Amino acid sequence: MTGYILSRLIRAAVTMLLTVTIVFLFIRFSGDPAAALVPPDAPQEVIDQYARTMGLDQPIWRQYAGYIGGILRGDFGFSIHTGLAVEEVFFDRLPFTLHLGLTALALAIAIGIPIGAIAAIRRGSALDRFVMGFSVFAFAMPNFLFGLILILTAALAFGTFLGGDSANVIWPALTLGLAAMGSFARFARSSLLETINAPYMRAAEARGVPFWTRLIRHAAPNAAIPLVTLIGLSLGALVAGSVVTEQVFAWPGVGQLLVRSVATRDLAQVQFLVLVVAFTMVMANLVVDFLYLLIDPRIRAT
Amino acid sequence: MAAEQGSGAARPSPLLSVFGLTVALPPDGDRPEAVSGVSFDIAPGETLCLVGESGSGKSVIGQAILGMLPSALPVTGGEISWQGTSMPAQRDAAFAGIRSAEISMIFQDASASLNPVRTIGAQLAEVLAVHGIAKSERKARVRDTLRDVALPEPERIARSYPHQLSGGQAQRAVIAAALLLAPRLLIADEPTTALDVTTQAEILALIARLKAERELAVLFVTHDFGVVAEIADRVAVMKDGIQVETGAAQEVLNRPQHAYTQRLIAAVTPPERPPNPRDDTRVLEARNVNLIYRSGLFGGRQSFHAVRDVSLEISAGQTVAVVGESGSGKSSLARCLLRLEDIDSGSITFKGAEISGLTGNALRSLRRSMQVVLQDPYSALNPRQTIRAAIAEGPIIHGATAKDAHRTADALMELVGLSAQAGGRYPQEFSGGQRQRICIARALALEPELLIADEAVSALDVSIQAQILDLFADMQARYGFAILFITHDLSVARAIADDILVMRQGEIVERGPASQIFDAPVHPYTADLLAAAPGLDTFQPESAA
Repeated sequence: MTGYILSRLIRAAVTMLLTVTIVFLFIRFSGDPAAALVPPDAPQEVIDQYARTMGLDQPIWRQYAGYIGGILRGDFGFSIHTGLAVEEVFFDRLPFTLHLGLTALALAIAIGIPIGAIAAIRRGSALDRFVMGFSVFAFAMPNFLFGLILILTAALAFGTFLGGDSANVIWPALTLGLAAMGSFARFARSSLLETINAPYMRAAEARGVPFWTRLIRHAAPNAAIPLVTLIGLSLGALVAGSVVTEQVFAWPGVGQLLVRSVATRDLAQVQFLVLVVAFTMVMANLVVDFLYLLIDPRIRAT
Repeated sequence: MAAEQGSGAARPSPLLSVFGLTVALPPDGDRPEAVSGVSFDIAPGETLCLVGESGSGKSVIGQAILGMLPSALPVTGGEISWQGTSMPAQRDAAFAGIRSAEISMIFQDASASLNPVRTIGAQLAEVLAVHGIAKSERKARVRDTLRDVALPEPERIARSYPHQLSGGQAQRAVIAAALLLAPRLLIADEPTTALDVTTQAEILALIARLKAERELAVLFVTHDFGVVAEIADRVAVMKDGIQVETGAAQEVLNRPQHAYTQRLIAAVTPPERPPNPRDDTRVLEARNVNLIYRSGLFGGRQSFHAVRDVSLEISAGQTVAVVGESGSGKSSLARCLLRLEDIDSGSITFKGAEISGLTGNALRSLRRSMQVVLQDPYSALNPRQTIRAAIAEGPIIHGATAKDAHRTADALMELVGLSAQAGGRYPQEFSGGQRQRICIARALALEPELLIADEAVSALDVSIQAQILDLFADMQARYGFAILFITHDLSVARAIADDILVMRQGEIVERGPASQIFDAPVHPYTADLLAAAPGLDTFQPESAA
């Protein structure tokens, strides 16, 4: 078990280092950052001035070392756009994104998994077909389109505006979480069907264990194992989706900040946000790996 | 039933009566009824063996008694009574207690009938909880029952998860779960089929002891008359859903009436074949082969010595059997010889040339001379490939034209007992025995000089096993290839092999001509294996004496 935890931690650290390096290289080699900052008609001395301030005249390995050192010290640079430290700008926005993202995830889990489970239990019924139809719809619906439909319907039929930071989080969260909800429902159904028909379920039935006890104590924990993986992976889709959803609903979160920073060539800000997204994904996968330890004794043994 | 009562001492009134039980199959089944008009009684303390091959309907009967038949298999006739009271076809509130506490059931694959994510103790305690046993009593009762099935350190077993137990321990834990509520009838559906012979012998002895101690009635479902000879008081033989013979065990074993029963009994000890004429042309020779599996982050942290210093030789036209229990390294050895594993040390020569270091084209042309037939004929064939294409694939890869390869395939299909017209069909349209014939034809299409058969008859019904063994021998006589036959089953080894090697923990502990291994085993492990093989002493008193 110690070996398992250790290997996951090492893997997470290596992934983070790779991401940091790729971000560094990508930004250095996608053009002269100093030239990108100044207006196109700026004289060469201004560009050189900028390059010196940013340390771009140093050899590449020294820049890399300085960059890694900065990250380790927690110095990520300043936003050109606002002049504030990039993390300060980020932390202003983070509560909005957390609120939206966690609500979306909670909705996807709280609705997707139960309807998938019901579909499995009532396999072949009209309810099953309805749930599966819904899950295809939910998964296939592009979130920008669904968001716009919600906003238009509310505005035209009820005269209310669903966007902005004062609006109810439910609507953007529903938009953001819809695709995950569909895939959770589908996965919960197939995973539960597999465990419902497992030999140990028949054995428990033969021993007189009632249906609901079998379902909750025997089937559910086994069906949860692949679901945990899926939930971990779908965090990436949620982060990506938040970029679009926040735009559509004018939600002042990190996704919107990322779009604006790219548009204004705020390199330090973009660099920081990409690192944060990567960090979130690495952490989510780490949490999934550790959840396995809790759920599956077979992994604890290794 | 009147005839039975007249035939001997009066039997006590039955615990369970099955009378005229008929269960329908879905409309697309291969026959209208899963079982038709099955009748038997079981008295307290009596073991009835329900014997039949796959598809005979024997497992359906156990499920019907518990009221657990799936809705696709409705009971359409007959009656099941418990102590004189008729029980409904499906479990209901009135009989739920009887059908889980008084009658309990154990299933074929013990490890699969335990929930992998909960401890043994929790799963056993749950049975007590749902039947209203006070929490304070549960722990002691679980421990006592685990001790009763002779599990060492019951406390530790109770804290263990199923994957931490061996196959035999898991079966004991499942038996403990079935015994917790002190049932009067135990239904055991092929409980030892997945186990090694020595473990099987222990489980059979356990069931016999429990039966004697508790006056437990046992309905034992099996395909193996060897097992029947060990434990049955009475026997009912099923074929295609029809009960073809019923009677006292000694009666049926010594004077089987129905031709099918006679065939099943004969299958326990397949006839020995006259040995192949000796030929000293070495096809394959292995010297001091070692294989070590390594795992862990940097390799070598954990290692498992799967094959230890194994040497063997096989000559043209000869059959060598490697016998061993699960984990003995016999399949790893086959993989080494087939060059599917890179050996750690030793040498393997094929017709005098060293092959242990071959790579690339040289290895590819070697593959054509060594073919393999695997255990599971269901997963060994690609379901999306017609059988003609499957058989012709090898020759085409090795340079034959499609036309020639298809002609070869058609000829081989005829040879292994399938019609050439079957070539356009897909594997799932064939039975297990027919599929193994296809696999053999596929192996022969490359005209190999060595055929390695890894448990090639173990997944087949006993009566089919004999036919496939005959096919191996016929093809060998026709083409003169050598066979290395890997098996856990001593009687299969005896039926086919000229020489037998006995493997244990990666080492060969005994080797010699088949008759010598059987009649005068030298190594104590070989003697143990022979003693554990069910029914051998019953059917062959001269060799046991």
